[in-house]
This record gives sequence, structure tokens and C-alpha cells, in this order.
Amino acid sequence: MEKVVFEQTKGLTDIPMRYCPGCGHGVVHRLVAECFMELGVQEKTIGIGPVGCSVFADEYFNCDMIQGAHGRGPAIATGIKRCRPDRLVFSYQGDGDLASIGAAEMLHSAMRSENITIIFINNAIYGMTGGQMAPTTLLGMKSTTSPSGRTVEANGYPIRVCELLAALDGPVYLERVSVDKPAAVVKTKKAIKRAFEYQLEGRGFTLVEILSQCPTDWHLTPLQAIEKIRKDLIPYYPLGIYREPEDAKRAKKEKVAVEKES
Amino acid sequence: MAERTLMKGNEAVAEGAVRAGCRFFAGYPITPQNEIPEYMSWRLPEEGGTFIQAESEVAAINMLFGASSVGTRVMTSSSSPGISLKQEGVSYCAAAELPIFYTNIVRGGPGLGNIAPSQGDYFQATRGGGHGDYRVIVFAPKTVEEMANFPRTCYELAFKYRIPTMMLADGILGQMMEPVTFEFDPIDPSTLDLPDWALRGSKPEKRRVIKSYDLRPGKMEQWNFRLEKKYDEIREKEPRYEAVNIDDADIILTGYGTAARVCESAMALGRKEGLKIGYIRPITLWPFPKSVFREVRDKVEKFFVVEMSLGQYVEDVKLSLNGRSEIYLHKRPAGGIPTGEEVLELTRKILSGDKTKQVEE
Ligand SMILES: Cc1ncc(C[n+]2csc(CCOP(=O)(O)OP(=O)(O)O)c2C)c(N)n1
Ligand code: SF4
Ligand SMILES: [Mg+2]
Repeated sequence: MEKVVFEQTKGLTDIPMRYCPGCGHGVVHRLVAECFMELGVQEKTIGIGPVGCSVFADEYFNCDMIQGAHGRGPAIATGIKRCRPDRLVFSYQGDGDLASIGAAEMLHSAMRSENITIIFINNAIYGMTGGQMAPTTLLGMKSTTSPSGRTVEANGYPIRVCELLAALDGPVYLERVSVDKPAAVVKTKKAIKRAFEYQLEGRGFTLVEILSQCPTDWHLTPLQAIEKIRKDLIPYYPLGIYREPEDAKRAKKEKVAVEKES
Repeated sequence: MAERTLMKGNEAVAEGAVRAGCRFFAGYPITPQNEIPEYMSWRLPEEGGTFIQAESEVAAINMLFGASSVGTRVMTSSSSPGISLKQEGVSYCAAAELPIFYTNIVRGGPGLGNIAPSQGDYFQATRGGGHGDYRVIVFAPKTVEEMANFPRTCYELAFKYRIPTMMLADGILGQMMEPVTFEFDPIDPSTLDLPDWALRGSKPEKRRVIKSYDLRPGKMEQWNFRLEKKYDEIREKEPRYEAVNIDDADIILTGYGTAARVCESAMALGRKEGLKIGYIRPITLWPFPKSVFREVRDKVEKFFVVEMSLGQYVEDVKLSLNGRSEIYLHKRPAGGIPTGEEVLELTRKILSGDKTKQVEE
């Protein structure tokens, strides 16, 4: 008997993605789509595409989509969600989009605890415009606008978005994950699903930060790019949960206690 | 209905918008329009609507981009510097054909300028304002009552043509109190059909997409031509104006908004002295009511433009008259407010052959 072990999710359209080989965007698209499909909310999902390499997100996600101005996803999401509170609203954004030009919208939507989900692709670079420095570019990392490597003197320190937002009372769920190996991909999907579930429960602001490979603008092969995630990015951007609801914490503790007893 | 109340201009436009079905407002404080967000902050929740004090004008306009994409009647308001910040978002709304409504209670500029009434944002309002080839419908009220009643028309046109509409007023109109009658019954937006384009969460076969880009060769050019067709239809069908005493006029005074009131009072004073003064006032600044100027341009020798800016409005008058009449201009930028007597005195001089205020073609 044949058994289906993998199927292309119906949460994505048939349009071929234009991402470079080894790019993290495509993987994350699939996970986001699988999550709204598995939650059975495809027909009540409204996604917001950014300006960045994923500007074509409106062609890929098989749900209602809107593409807005660079960095303004959280404001657009706010407008949609306040008018349609029972819809699942997600804003898909890169690091330049979210943490640089859109930093104010990010902070204030988190502060207001808008009941939305931000899918944040941190690839430490401006992919779309050809590899300029991002607010998340690591110290020493070369880009077309930091050709000898990012320095503190010229450019300051990279932003850690989850840690920054964890200083606010507003966020309900903040987690940083990666997509550098199958286990990490599974974890990322869980994180996205949890964020969506919290939103559907009406809990408030959720954000999943995904460390994502950009082989093209890092000038590495896909395998080397994965290596860089592990060697350089994860040490500076530690993976983990930075905020979660109290009941989730309690449930986890109880589970650990039960496991210890048995 | 038809009850007459005394209202401030800023409150009148806010109440007018709510009665016209507005259920979402986002804005950022700036003088002289603060009464609008203040009013909305308590009034919208009464109707089950949403008020958000946004973190910036940029955020506010993008909240509107989102809220209008699901078919809600939305509003934002600001004054000059804040409207400048909103222009990228307005351009996106124009391209994505989202029916937003916003007000600019203009103050003196450029820069931080001052908080005095001004008409310095005429070019910005009537030429689109942000990047790219687009237009927005611009209404210029001259009374508080018009501020109260224009929002209904603004929403009607915004949804009919899928186009941003704005109201261009100034601090005098925003701050002064006048009697107001709302000339329409309040509209309950839940009784209106959700337009087919509005996002809602759709079946995948009919999924809806709202966007403002097309990178395929030639497609954005087609998009622009499609928008142009709509703009041409609006130019043909929607210009609005007021014209008084134009048939026997030796001179026509013209201005919009507060300047129109000044022209009106100069005309009234002048007529008492037997001077044959007429008056034209555009109600829509875009589409500009060219036709009324064209009708009279071969009959009336002199046009006298009064504006609270440095020669912006006069450009449209020139284009409409096309060199057929003499044009005179009185400019009072950034807080200068002309009076009826002042304008009448200048009118007398012009009628007696004084050319100092004449503008070149
Ligand atoms: C107002 C504005 N400024 C600048 C740009 C140009 N721009 C497009 S994408 C981008 C950066 C994208 O980088 P990021 O958000 O990290 O996304 P990535 O491509 O890396 O996924 C910039 C600066 C723009 N479209 N709009
Ligand atoms: S430039 Fe980088 S982020 Fe953009 S598609 Fe290519 S690999 Fe992905
Ligand atoms: Mg990036």
C-alpha cells in the first residue's frame, strides 16, 4: 500500500517561487501555509506581504493577500484586524522591513498588543536591493554598504528583535527559530502554529523570528550559508522562547513534573 | 433630522464622517486639527467603530490602507507636515484603488511653519501629492456646514471610483463655530454591501489580492492608463463649483475655501457701490471646474485671484482661462488673512486700470 509522506500544501499557489536556491524564504512560506491549512482557517486568513525579496508573497500564499509599503506591515495588519477581528492576520517581513524602516510600527503594534502575528525573516542582509547592510547584519559581516565589514564605530550594534520586544508588556508570544536543519524546520512550524493559535484565541501580539539563509548576498553556497547560521548567527541571536503566556509556561512545568514522577 | 446646531469645523467634519458611515479613524496629534481625533476618540466607539492614536502619520495612513482594504469606511486627518508624511501611503492607496478619506487642515509652511491658517498645500493636494502619476478628489469647503456635509459625498465618490478623497481646509474653518444642519440621514455601514474587491478571507478559487505593484514588462504602464481612464471620467463628471453674478461682471473674483469667503464679501460690498463684480469658487479643486471659467472667459476681461499662498491656485485659473483674460493675483501666505475691504480696495484699483497685481501668462 502506498503512503503519502509529503504533499505540496494547498495553502500555497502553483506559481513557482522566484527565490534563489538555498534561500530560507521558500521554506518559511511552506510552513506558514501549512499552519493556516492545518488550523482550518485558509478561508479566513488575510496575509500582508512586505517590500523585500518576498514582495511576491501575494502570489504565493493561497489566501487573501495585501501588499503594502516598506516596513508598514504591522500598521496595515492593525487596520485589518481591528475591522475584522475574527480573521487570522499575519504580516510577513524581512529585517530591513521590520527592524529598520518599520521599527516604529513594529514597536508600537507590539506595545498595543495588536492581535496579529508577525513572521520575521532575519537574514541579516537587505536581500532584494542587492546585499546592503541590515540592522541585523553582524559585526564584521561584509555587505555592499559595509564593504570592509560592519563596525561599531560606523554602524553600531545589530538589533536583537525578540530581546527588544521582550522588554515590553504588550507581546504575548515571541520566539526565535531557524531553518538550518529538518529538526529546526519542525520547530519553526510549531512556533508559527502556536503564534497563530494564540492569535485565534484572541490573546494579542505574536512574533516568530526566523534566522534564514541568504546564500546569494552572503556570497556563499547554500551549504556554507547553513554553516554560517550555526557558526555566526545563532551565537549572536540565541534561539528560544522570549515570551509566552503564563498558562503555557505552567503547562510545560506540569508536563516536566509528570515526566519526572513517572 | 434637519436640526440646527452650533459646531466647530473640526468637530463638524468628524461628525459628518461618522454619519457618513466612517467606522475607523487613525491619526496623530497636530495643531490646528486636534479636535478631529479628540472627537473621534469618543464618538467612534459609540458606533462600534475604532479609533487609534497612531505612533506617527506614517503608521496612521498605513492603518487606513489595511482597514479600507477590507471595505471599511475610514478616515484620517492631519495638518501640513503630517500630510507630507502620509503621502507615500496615499500613493499606495491611489495605486491599489482604496477609497480612503482624509482631511488636511492646512497650516503655514514650509517647514514647521506656524499654526496659522494657510492655503500653501494646494499643489500637493491637487497634483496627487506623493510619488507617481495619480490624483485624489479634493473638496474645499468654505463653511462649517459644508465640512459637516461633504464627507458623505467624499465617501460616495471614493467608493464609486475607488479613489482617495480629501478635504482641504484651514485653521479658520477648523476652529470657527457656525450653525450646522446635517443634510442627510446617518448611514449605517453594516447595511451597505461589501464591495467585491474587499479582502475578507476568501475561498482559494476566488482569493482576493490588493497590491500596488506589477514588475512585468508593460504592465504598470497599462495600470497607469487604466487609472487615467478613471481620472478622465472624474474630470468629466465630478467638477463642482459655485458661480455668482457672472453674467454681467466686469471682473470676477475667485478663490477657494476661506479665500472664497473673502471674495464673496468683497463682491457683496462692491455690488452695493454698483461695481459689477462676479465670483467663482471651485468646490472641487481636483477635478478643477475648468468649464465655468471657459464659459465666461470671452465675456469677462478681468479675473482677480485671491489665495492664501504664493501663487498656486492661480496656476489652475491660468490654465482654464488660457490667456483669454487678464489675471490679477493677491497673495497672503502662511497666516496672512485677506479681508473683504482689502480685496474690494484692490478690485477698485484693478477696475480703474492699475496693473500692479497683474500676473504674467
Ligand atoms: C520607502 C522605501 N525605501 C526603500 C525601498 C527599497 N527597498 C526595497 S526592499 C528593501 C530592503 C529589503 O530588505 P529586507 O527587509 O531585509 O528583506 P529581504 O529582501 O532581505 O528579504 C529596500 C531598502 C522601498 N521599496 N521603499
Ligand atoms: S537574495 Fe537572498 S533572501 Fe533574496 S531570494 Fe536570494 S537568497 Fe533569498
Ligand atoms: Mg533581509
